Amino acid sequence: MGRVLAKVIATMSELLLQTMINAVYAASYMSLIAVGLVLIFGVMGVINFAHGELYMAGAYTVVGLYSFMALPFFAAVVAGMVFVGILGLLMEYALFRPLRDNPLGGLIASIGFLLILQTAAVLGFGVRMAHIKPPTQAKFHLMEGVVLTEQRLYVIMAAVGLLSALYVFLRKTKIGWAMRACAQDKEAAALQGISLNQISRIAMFIGAALAGVAGALTAPLVSPTPYMGHSVIVTAFIIIIVGGIGQLEGAVIAAILYAFVHTFVTTFYNGVLADIVGLVLMLLVLILKPTGLFGAKERA
Amino acid sequence: MPNRKTNLSSWALGTALVAGLIVLPHLLSFSQREIAVLLIINVLLVASYRLMTLTGEWSLGHVVIMGVGAYASALFSKSLGVPVPLSMLLGAGTAAGLAAILSFPLFRMKGFYFLIGSFAAGEVIRLIWKYFTNPFGGAKGLKLIPSFPDINLGFADISFFEPENYYYLCLVVVGLSLFILYRIEASRIGLTFHAIHWQDKLAEAVSVDTFRYRTLAFVLASFFAGLSGTLYAHYIGTVNPTRFDVEEMVYVLIWAIVGGTATFCGPILGVVVLTIINEIILRALGLDTVRPMIYGGILIASVLFLPDGLESLGPKLKRLFAGKRPSGQLEETT
Repeated sequence: MGRVLAKVIATMSELLLQTMINAVYAASYMSLIAVGLVLIFGVMGVINFAHGELYMAGAYTVVGLYSFMALPFFAAVVAGMVFVGILGLLMEYALFRPLRDNPLGGLIASIGFLLILQTAAVLGFGVRMAHIKPPTQAKFHLMEGVVLTEQRLYVIMAAVGLLSALYVFLRKTKIGWAMRACAQDKEAAALQGISLNQISRIAMFIGAALAGVAGALTAPLVSPTPYMGHSVIVTAFIIIIVGGIGQLEGAVIAAILYAFVHTFVTTFYNGVLADIVGLVLMLLVLILKPTGLFGAKERA
Repeated sequence: MPNRKTNLSSWALGTALVAGLIVLPHLLSFSQREIAVLLIINVLLVASYRLMTLTGEWSLGHVVIMGVGAYASALFSKSLGVPVPLSMLLGAGTAAGLAAILSFPLFRMKGFYFLIGSFAAGEVIRLIWKYFTNPFGGAKGLKLIPSFPDINLGFADISFFEPENYYYLCLVVVGLSLFILYRIEASRIGLTFHAIHWQDKLAEAVSVDTFRYRTLAFVLASFFAGLSGTLYAHYIGTVNPTRFDVEEMVYVLIWAIVGGTATFCGPILGVVVLTIINEIILRALGLDTVRPMIYGGILIASVLFLPDGLESLGPKLKRLFAGKRPSGQLEETT
């Protein structure tokens, strides 16, 4: 009797630990995406609806370069990051700059861009899921029954590394200071001789590249489809609302919170219920504290 | 003061339009008639969306509200045996009722927050359809929805299984709805909506309860969106959660934006023009897969180069031609 109970407890704790590791992985790639979205919003004041499709573009770069052309995996990831960053520059130049005084217009234009990227992926790779052979099948057995694959470890490491680098960049470098100044007050920043175009370009490149690298690294794990961006953008919206729009640290904390809630509900109940719980969480935050859990007080 | 001449010409235009709409199905092939039916349903959807945008709030949940009407009417008629015309009204009423409930959380937000909040609320409704298989049929949705009953006039049996007859039914229902929507906009209530859009603080200062008027706009718009959903459900015969997803909402946005939302006719113009482009030109060229790309391009182009929509094209051209005459310059300065 005691042994059965001990066995049950051991299995439960294994399941709990495994779910926690899955949640950490989910939090990693979600925070990469959400931080990019927040950065773009903070500096340019526009919500990039095509952010999920930038993630998709990163994943398909890996499909093209690694799966079809047999380039080394990490070369494909770097190429994906740069390529998606350039897509971001294109969006900034063609859409967001002419529509700077019209945030709703920027949002609508990004929906148009989303449709274009989706169709491009369909034309290039077909509507069916692309399966990618993971570059590594290695697994780490952290405990009896608790597994972390090396591919997931890459994602976690990339998120920690890149987000720390971004943090240092924003706090310590001159351009980082300029970006935060733009996020606070565009006119005042411009008066100090900061070029809004230059800063917007940098923010858009970094934001898009973060989404691209998330897509590129997770491509072997999720089987890309041209429509994968939809669920990603929904998740990213939930995270940025819960964390407070324009709050980089808030986005990371909200990503971790959301990833844990979502992963646990998915594991112990099911995926649809987890989606409902996530959306209800966001609605509650919107109703009770629209500036987000970690947002500043509402500015008049 | 409308002078006699413009009055006469607008009457002539209206009569020609009605006559054209009545003979239209006889000029179309079978599949084109089906498209015409769906187009008319979409006209109602997009016109009701405009009523919503009058108060300045852009919702991303409008298509889901349409779905609420469709699901409710389907369930009333299929599971409870309510006769179809009555169930359609009940379905539209359900959509309006749900909007009234949703307005309490949603209208605590404005602008971008409302956009995202309405999106989230819509997604929750859609996931509920997916999650609860018992009344809503899960991801596969509802099938075998009863169709509109035949009408026996004694000398003729009108079966609404025929797209042609259903076209006329939709024409009557949508025409009546558009008339009501138009009258609402022209009324004092409509003017208040405009006031809330442009000067909400000022409107509040002259004792307009902005919350109540926003709710009213949302409820009325949802009633007609729900009605368009019921027209859809009893025509197609099936509804499922994917039919009312955010992609469809994007198309409604595109119709409204490309047409322009400043006047009553703008969004209707948008949906008609884009549907014609879509069905005639793109289908003829066999460009079905690139359709979203072309739509995306049109959307971006219209936001960048024609921010007031197709409706602004007429006055713009008029001014362009008038500008050539010397009198045009006088007009410009006044």
